[in-house]
Amino acid sequence: MSGTIFDISKSGRSAKAQMPKGVNEKHNIPKNYLRKDKPLLPEVSELQVVRHYTNLSRKNFSIDTQFYPLGSCTMKYNPRGVHRLAFLEGFLNHHPLSLDENSQGFMACAYELQEILKVVTGMRGVSLTPMAGAQGEFAGVAMIRAYHELRGDTLRDEIIVPDAAHGTNPATAAQCGYKVIEIPTGPDGNVDIEALRKIAGPKTAGIMLTNPSTLGVFDQNIQEIAKTIHSVGGLLYYDGANLNAILGKVRPGDMGFDVMHINLHKTFATPHGGGGPGGGPVAVSERLVPFLPTPIVGKTETGFRWLTKEQCPQSIGRLSAFMGNAGIILRAYMYARLLGQEGMIRIAEYATLNANYLLTKLRKAGFTPAYPKRLASHEFIITLKNEARDLHINALDVAKRLLDYGFHAPTMYFPLLVPECLLIEPTETESKEVLDAFADTMIKILEEAKTNPELLKNAPHHLPVRRLDEVKAARELDLVYNPQLPSDV
Amino acid sequence: MTNIPKKLFYSATHEWVRKDEDVLTIGITDHAQTMLGDLVYVELPEPETGFETGQECAVIESVKAAADIYCPISGEIVEVNEELLQNPQVINQDPYGKGWLFRLRPFENDFTNKLLNADQYTKQVASEAH
Repeated sequence: MSGTIFDISKSGRSAKAQMPKGVNEKHNIPKNYLRKDKPLLPEVSELQVVRHYTNLSRKNFSIDTQFYPLGSCTMKYNPRGVHRLAFLEGFLNHHPLSLDENSQGFMACAYELQEILKVVTGMRGVSLTPMAGAQGEFAGVAMIRAYHELRGDTLRDEIIVPDAAHGTNPATAAQCGYKVIEIPTGPDGNVDIEALRKIAGPKTAGIMLTNPSTLGVFDQNIQEIAKTIHSVGGLLYYDGANLNAILGKVRPGDMGFDVMHINLHKTFATPHGGGGPGGGPVAVSERLVPFLPTPIVGKTETGFRWLTKEQCPQSIGRLSAFMGNAGIILRAYMYARLLGQEGMIRIAEYATLNANYLLTKLRKAGFTPAYPKRLASHEFIITLKNEARDLHINALDVAKRLLDYGFHAPTMYFPLLVPECLLIEPTETESKEVLDAFADTMIKILEEAKTNPELLKNAPHHLPVRRLDEVKAARELDLVYNPQLPSDV
Repeated sequence: MTNIPKKLFYSATHEWVRKDEDVLTIGITDHAQTMLGDLVYVELPEPETGFETGQECAVIESVKAAADIYCPISGEIVEVNEELLQNPQVINQDPYGKGWLFRLRPFENDFTNKLLNADQYTKQVASEAH
């Protein structure tokens, strides 16, 4: 592991050519606010900076360099053409406070994306404003609350969440002031419908479901679930995390859902990772349309215009200064337009085909699927509980060994209810050759587990760092770098 | 094989209960600590707080997951194992001994019929490994 850039710092060395001009100009900052000591910055040449960060970047593990089957996260390829279009000058230099008549191009794209999302979700209204999936969830449950409250139905204080849910679901429900009621999953991966019937009642504000679920299976009782919740006056929230699995095949609106968020990075291939920027549009059924967060793009005879609280008085309001992350909205729109209706269906078909192909290969090679009787949707789970028992090899060891072979590890130990699990999502953008290579490597690792388990126990062997001490990292978190500059020593 | 001592009582949510005179000592089972993996953080209840049966009363966090601890029997907390705050891995090393979480004075005396015995808990653990 190479050192930090401070390790090559030398007092007095700098790259003046790159310095911003005008920094010494007169300013009005009061003297007591000016710093007295030199800021702690590395003193390095331009070439040293370039070399240091280029070398660091070469240690990156990314979708541009390697297969990244991180289940539940959908690490799929982001087409370059879409980035190029979002970088058109008219978009890039457009100010969010421009007048409506000077914003028609961007607003047209946003309006059309709203319309496209309505069609693919089977919903009646869409707002693009949530800045990411988590904010979309918050907006969605806030709308559920607004709906009940407007009807004077204020005794509903429970949101039902399956035990297989993304952690954000119970967190969102709690954030919106609801009590979280957990329901179990049956051995087939479906929600336990009997348990649901017992729990659903006059206190139920709604249920939050991901379908296909985080277990990688489509809940076959979805209509029954919708009927149960609606019959007690609750609403259904669809966590759109796995929408890519069903795009163009079945629509949340038709399944009976009332509100959902869409993770644009997962389904519409906007950039993902590094903490954003994100996009988490919400889509709603007829009865929740008045509550959509603003701004929304409306269409009039004279062109597109912003709809705000003035036009939508029952809206839950704004979630940020402007409407979402403009660049992400544009990319999602262009991706949708590039694919067209027929292409969208292909996303779901290839995501599902790739997952089932890989699942079948791994099953035949001796791995244990968590739900052997079920077809996979876009992702699937294998459990290494037998390997853990017989070979004393756990999911972490296999994940770390995969890194040695140049594959990103799948999601591990999630969902929590499957012991020693790996959640594998190949996505629709991978070729058969890549899937074959991954399967071959998994088979090889299983063989190593039998013949030379130490290879797995001590993996990774070929990365810049070896096995990390996770307990120490969690217990003694140290994020502040406070260097002693070599020149000071 | 997971260790399930015969003389303890268990909850379906993987807490164990031991009766010491009029106070109950509570911890998490060997099975639970194995499933969670290396523990890194423990949040314990305040002494003198009362909890209902099944109410969340503590939180433990491992490198893999965070989990709520449910009060197996309603009662008032009389003592918590402060050593865990500094060194949560004691639970991994000795779940039935030094890794105890808290002691409580139960609100009702006849609690054993609400808990599982070792055989019942063993069956439950086996059925969970589907």
